[in-house]
Amino acid sequence: MQVYLDNATTTRTADEVIEAMLPFFNEKYGLPSSEFGHSMGIDASDALEQSRKTIANYLNVKPNEIVFTSGETESNNLAVLGVARAKGKGHIITTSIERLSILNTCRHLETKGFEITYLPVDKHGLVSPDDLQSAIRDDTILVSVQHANPEIGTVQDIKAIGEICGEHNILFHTDASSSFGLEDLPMEHIDLATFTSHLIHGPKGIASLFVREDITIKPIFFGSNNEFGIRPGFENIPGIVGFAKAVTLLSKKYVEKMRKQRDHIINELTAIPHTYLNGHPEKRLCNNVNVSFSFIEGESVVLHLDMRGIATSTGSACSSPNLKGSYVLEAVGQDPEVSHGSLRLTLSRYTTDREIEYALKHIKDVVSKLREMSPFKDEDTFRKMAKEEHK
Amino acid sequence: MKYPYSKRVIEHFRHPHHMGRMKNPDAVGVAGNPVCGDVMYIYIKVKDNRIIDLKWETMGCAAAIATTSMLADLAIGKTLDEAEKLTKKEVADALEGLPPIKMHCSNLAADALRDAIKKYREKHEN
Repeated sequence: MQVYLDNATTTRTADEVIEAMLPFFNEKYGLPSSEFGHSMGIDASDALEQSRKTIANYLNVKPNEIVFTSGETESNNLAVLGVARAKGKGHIITTSIERLSILNTCRHLETKGFEITYLPVDKHGLVSPDDLQSAIRDDTILVSVQHANPEIGTVQDIKAIGEICGEHNILFHTDASSSFGLEDLPMEHIDLATFTSHLIHGPKGIASLFVREDITIKPIFFGSNNEFGIRPGFENIPGIVGFAKAVTLLSKKYVEKMRKQRDHIINELTAIPHTYLNGHPEKRLCNNVNVSFSFIEGESVVLHLDMRGIATSTGSACSSPNLKGSYVLEAVGQDPEVSHGSLRLTLSRYTTDREIEYALKHIKDVVSKLREMSPFKDEDTFRKMAKEEHK
Repeated sequence: MKYPYSKRVIEHFRHPHHMGRMKNPDAVGVAGNPVCGDVMYIYIKVKDNRIIDLKWETMGCAAAIATTSMLADLAIGKTLDEAEKLTKKEVADALEGLPPIKMHCSNLAADALRDAIKKYREKHEN
């Protein structure tokens, strides 16, 4: 049996999406052109604008507020750099658990004279609105706080954060790539938002940035005047059509199904002794499970599960190419000896109950096998040895 | 092979040799720490200056588990003098190599064995 439980990394493209995209490769392969151009170009323009409208309608925003980009990395870069370049200087507030496309963009801006505040999060990964309130300065130009965290699934209070930004007249960006289609977003409190296609069963290589029509951001690429002058370059029409198709397939019924499956997995796994839930117990994405098993290491868990056909991921340092552990688990205050044993399972609308039972059976078996192998059987010895190393 | 590990590493990872805790060992050696994610305990039984049995417990990645398992195969039957000369490279070579990044952080079994031999000698010199 093959069980894919890594849907926060990427999802399977829906068959309906592939079908909608296909004609745009070999039949309607034109690029958008003015209405005075040839028919192939006009067809492409229609497809582009129809797709833009579909996504805007879903979000209840205006079509001219949707800018297509190549992915969430570009959307996040465009939001932060675009505002920074439009304002020229100032202070930006973000959090310590953002995607690297936010964090590394902010680090870059620090070298260009911008000042950045990285808000801490509590043990569940929540940003405190009070912390945000007190971090605001006269020269704050932008606040960027993710809607939900891709690793631990914690969902932030975007309404409260957006209201604070509104009161101070500060632009507010949210990276909603992990929560799109899973959690409602109060768009009326947001100025810029990142949405991506490949996490909602759309194709890879296409995303969008919502930019409220009354705000000005500067482009980060230079070229032709596409996408309202904000994002030059020819539009990825098959990708855009597929993205819009994926949006039409979003449904609350999948959210309900995943939430039940998630709760079942969390109940089963946290019943294993010395197992901890990472992220918020309630304010969490309907498709996210993240636990840490003491005494064992995550790369071993992921490898054993993969050999049994189950795709999962871990925040363990041992499984990362630079041997650095998860910065998100570090930010929520988890000790490295515990975060080595973290395991993330993320569901999709296609995940079946049968697959979950198969995965649970094998996770329990692998954990018990690796614990039998581990020198640690009790928390005291384990923590004591780690504590000596911390010194 | 889609994994970054050799066939032998995967074999030892899936079916480790001489794994488990030993009752009444003559000495116990330790290497690594939980903060780094890899910890090895090596238990030895010694007779006439020869390792007649070795068991181990490891917390760690596939490389950590496979290197401890391979080290057990290499060390059992050797004299203490021979066993303490076993190097990380010999362990890695016997496993048909390790990914470079895993050479230092996870290949600690030879250190744990040397620690066990040192403790055995300290105990028996007194």
